[in-house]
Amino acid sequence: MKFRIYRYNPETDTQPSMQSFDLNLEAGDAMLLDALVMLKAQDDSLGFRRSCREGVCGSDAMNINGRNGLACITPLSSLKQPIELRPLPGLPVIRDLIVDMTQFFKQYHSIKPYLINNDPPPETERLQSPKERAEIDGLYECILCACCTTSCPSFWWNPDKFVGPSGLLQAYRFIADSRDQATAERLDNLEDPYRLFRCHTIMNCVDVCPKELNPTQAIGRIKGLMSKRTV
Amino acid sequence: MVNRVVTGAHYGLRDWIMQRVTALVMVTYVLFIAGWLLLGSSVDYDAWTGLFANNVVRSFSLLFLLALYCHAWIGMRDVVMDYIKVAHLRLALHVAVILALIMYLIWSVQILWGF
Repeated sequence: MKFRIYRYNPETDTQPSMQSFDLNLEAGDAMLLDALVMLKAQDDSLGFRRSCREGVCGSDAMNINGRNGLACITPLSSLKQPIELRPLPGLPVIRDLIVDMTQFFKQYHSIKPYLINNDPPPETERLQSPKERAEIDGLYECILCACCTTSCPSFWWNPDKFVGPSGLLQAYRFIADSRDQATAERLDNLEDPYRLFRCHTIMNCVDVCPKELNPTQAIGRIKGLMSKRTV
Repeated sequence: MVNRVVTGAHYGLRDWIMQRVTALVMVTYVLFIAGWLLLGSSVDYDAWTGLFANNVVRSFSLLFLLALYCHAWIGMRDVVMDYIKVAHLRLALHVAVILALIMYLIWSVQILWGF
């Protein structure tokens, strides 16, 4: 099984380069992460992130044959060889497949990703009807792996100003939550030519999301609510 | 001036809606012209000038062109905002696009009512 993997160590390399690897492995049921772990046993200088190895933590997001995805839930049998692995595009590379996610999380924090409710907390939990709870289906599942945001050209051009698909999906997750009381504030915070309206409905985010979520739809709903309060 | 990432201009929704409305106007006009071309018995100079002698058609054409220029303004502004990082240059390009589009509008009126 052949691999071509992006290598870059800023301490020793002046330029990133692609290194070829050969692995004696039948694809079978194995996932890409299994192969990476075996490659690391071959060459322990290879750097990548991983944790839960089952698509829940979002650590091992990378660019696999030109498409962002999670290595741990990408079957080797689905990949054309040589399997080309690169770090997520649009973020600074720390080493090999490890990127600096600071900008991504900065945008995430900018949408206040927590429930804002000024009522005194009840004795038990804040209740929701099943229908209200269903409103956040397809939103709360986001694991912040950054596959979508780093596949978005608008984020590549303006990572410091455009919130990005993941952040906007999360923003809508709190707008849609019946327990949240800060809808107007949240819409004010997003009503900006850069923060929200850099989205040109390219839909790379929908294409790559490993959890099959739909940030474009969430962004559309934010725009819909904004329109509703304006007209 | 300090170097800060500044956002929060609190506009964008109107342009986003306008881009969609102007697209609808343009589609309607294109369908109208396409329908006229397909259904018209002859397409020659006389038929064409005859069509545009009608003030309703002239007005509709102007509405179409106005929609086109508004649509083009938003599109061009988006392209400039995406790719041009220097604020001075961005402003200069915005002004250039606006002035060019205003000139096109004047020219459009001249063409539609000038024969």
